[in-house]
Amino acid sequence: MSDLRQIAFYGKGGIGKSTTSQNTLAALAELGQKILIVGCDPKADSTRLILHAKAQDTVLSLAAEAGSVEDLELADVLKTGYRDIKCVESGGPEPGVGCAGRGVITAINFLEEEGAYDGVDYVSYDVLGDVVCGGFAMPIRENKAQEIYIVMSGEMMAMYAANNISKGILKYANAGGVRLGGLICNERQTDKEYELADALAKRLGTSLIHFVPRDNVVQHAELRRMTVLEYDPESKQADEYRSLARKIHDNKGKGVIPTPITMDELEDLLLEFGIMKKEDESIIGKAKAA
Amino acid sequence: MSAIIDDTKARNAALIGEVLEVYPEKAAKKRARHLNVYEEGKPDCGVKSNIKSIPGVMTIRGCAYAGSKGVVWGPVKDLVHISHGPVGCGQYSWGTRRNYASGTGGVDNFTVMQVTSDFQEKDIVFGGDKKLDKVIDEINALFPLANGITIQSECPIGLIGDDIEAVAKKKAKEIGKTIVPVRCEGFRGVSQSLGHHIGNDCIRDWVLDKAQSTFEPGPYDVAIIGDYNIGGDAWSSRILLEEMGLRVIAQWSGDGTLKEMEKTPKARLNLLHCYRSMNYISRHMEEKYGIPWVEYNFFGPSKIAESLREIASHFDDTIKEGAERVIARYQAMTDAVIARYRPRLAGKKVMLYVGGLRPRHVVGAYEDLGMEVVGTGYEFGHGDDYQRTSHYVKDGTLIYDDVTSFELEHFVDKIRPDLVGSGVKEKYIFQKMGVPFRQMHSWDYSGPYHGYDGFAIFARDMDMAINSPVWGMTRAPWKK
Repeated sequence: MSDLRQIAFYGKGGIGKSTTSQNTLAALAELGQKILIVGCDPKADSTRLILHAKAQDTVLSLAAEAGSVEDLELADVLKTGYRDIKCVESGGPEPGVGCAGRGVITAINFLEEEGAYDGVDYVSYDVLGDVVCGGFAMPIRENKAQEIYIVMSGEMMAMYAANNISKGILKYANAGGVRLGGLICNERQTDKEYELADALAKRLGTSLIHFVPRDNVVQHAELRRMTVLEYDPESKQADEYRSLARKIHDNKGKGVIPTPITMDELEDLLLEFGIMKKEDESIIGKAKAA
Repeated sequence: MSAIIDDTKARNAALIGEVLEVYPEKAAKKRARHLNVYEEGKPDCGVKSNIKSIPGVMTIRGCAYAGSKGVVWGPVKDLVHISHGPVGCGQYSWGTRRNYASGTGGVDNFTVMQVTSDFQEKDIVFGGDKKLDKVIDEINALFPLANGITIQSECPIGLIGDDIEAVAKKKAKEIGKTIVPVRCEGFRGVSQSLGHHIGNDCIRDWVLDKAQSTFEPGPYDVAIIGDYNIGGDAWSSRILLEEMGLRVIAQWSGDGTLKEMEKTPKARLNLLHCYRSMNYISRHMEEKYGIPWVEYNFFGPSKIAESLREIASHFDDTIKEGAERVIARYQAMTDAVIARYRPRLAGKKVMLYVGGLRPRHVVGAYEDLGMEVVGTGYEFGHGDDYQRTSHYVKDGTLIYDDVTSFELEHFVDKIRPDLVGSGVKEKYIFQKMGVPFRQMHSWDYSGPYHGYDGFAIFARDMDMAINSPVWGMTRAPWKK
């Protein structure tokens, strides 16, 4: 158990967390690592590319059917996919009802108690968009994920989310052992994207662990509900994910306590890279037609 | 005499200083605003109130759920009240308030029952609206004679955003009965007081606004508002009103029913006993239906007579004569009670700490027995309660708002009154200090205390507490 590495992927909604994490974990499996993926999103799509299907039997949907989570067996919820990667989805309520955050807590506690983490090298948590409440911070709390990887891009809101997630990590870093593993930039082809992502990483006290270039092969693989590693293992993009996997593997114990910045500092960063211009203050709040 | 009062004031001021000294600076500053010595002639008691308790102190307050479920709605006997959420709030509020109700259990009286939706993990995660829907169906099947259902929200309901109003509307249509969703989550507000207000607002929105009463009003119709029939209080009040010629068309909410609530907008006058918990709905009925309301006090013969005359002043001579007739009729009985107990109780000092009404309302009853209230305070009173208190208390009375258990213990230990009147949490502490005690929320399993009949019981109970031979045995035999 002591060698078990628990990592988590966070980032703005729609940034490509699930795609990046599944491709990277598939590459880690290629390295011979035994992997467990815990999807912490009510949409339950964190393991779709590994299982070639959206997981239907989530912890919470089965628990609701059975009456309570205590009535479940681990085998009911644990699925095995590409390269024997084990997959579990917490599941949760439909949008607008109940408390998905509590669902994440319930599901993770169940997995721990049932010994889901025995015999694996990596547990990876894939958490939805922003840390909207305490429930979604569960994986960064005590004795859960040790390293957090933030998936982001050169877009303002993605950087804003990355900074916010760092605040969440900072909050729990001193009480528990959670650290920021690094930023993963998923290329959106914005201006000076690499430089900006690299600068933000430095400001947060961490590094840009990998810059994943945009490549249509990812979409082709997704359409087939596969990772690039499985769909086109010879592709250049597959090598990118292998490179990222290797870096994460070698990053053990190198996580940092992040140094989140203020909103003003974040805007200053954009100014510095010419994305925003100082004299442009006059444009704020003005419509194009005006 | 004024020298004695000055001594008392100095002593009380010193006591306040002593308790504040123990607190950290910030806490002391905050608590200082809630403690005072009453100065005669002032329009209020000089304390802040209805403010959040300081974390870390032992406050005696309850929560909004307690205010709605326990006080306002719980006593309405022909409705089934759901404690909506996990089981604890329902379990521990089951049968804890002595609001008596007549009738047959399960037929026309459901007050002794406790229904809870007993939330499980899955109800939190997936929301509890479906379960609530089912609970309502089950209640309707089990108790077809109940006239309706109230949904008393526990904390999680507000946290997970359940739409209990939508469920209430849907089910009301389906089963054809009144269903009242009450958003009285315990984390709202600073005490049970907000629960009273929310409970009142729900009566307005879900009962009065929807009511279609065919009730034929009469010229002498009154409603009793804010009497919870603790130990039968409303019954011993009601008979006096009826004897003076009034027709009591509703009791809110002790031994009350949904039908009574629905016809209250046709009353001529609303009689408000517990101002704190039901002034809201009284003001609403005044604004919307033009029904005047009058506060009254049925503790002790002096205040009873004063109140009967005040109530009668809103009616014609028939009622005014009726009031005099009632006062005269009970005079001999009252005299006998006073003759018997006053010699045993005169000069005894009392300290009170109760909820939102009794810290002032019972002062007159003690004074009728020759006793003196030397300290008083409210758990959840507001500024207007402390204004009203100034009409009751004497110069130099120690005032403590939202008192902490540490403060109250210190005050009682130093003042050594002959009686403390407060709640069950306080009872055994003071009895172990050797100080006689009476529970002034529940009447210590006795009552009623309202009305002339109640006064006789009140006097007996206070004598029983203070003059019990047990207090002569509290000294250790080796301490001569």
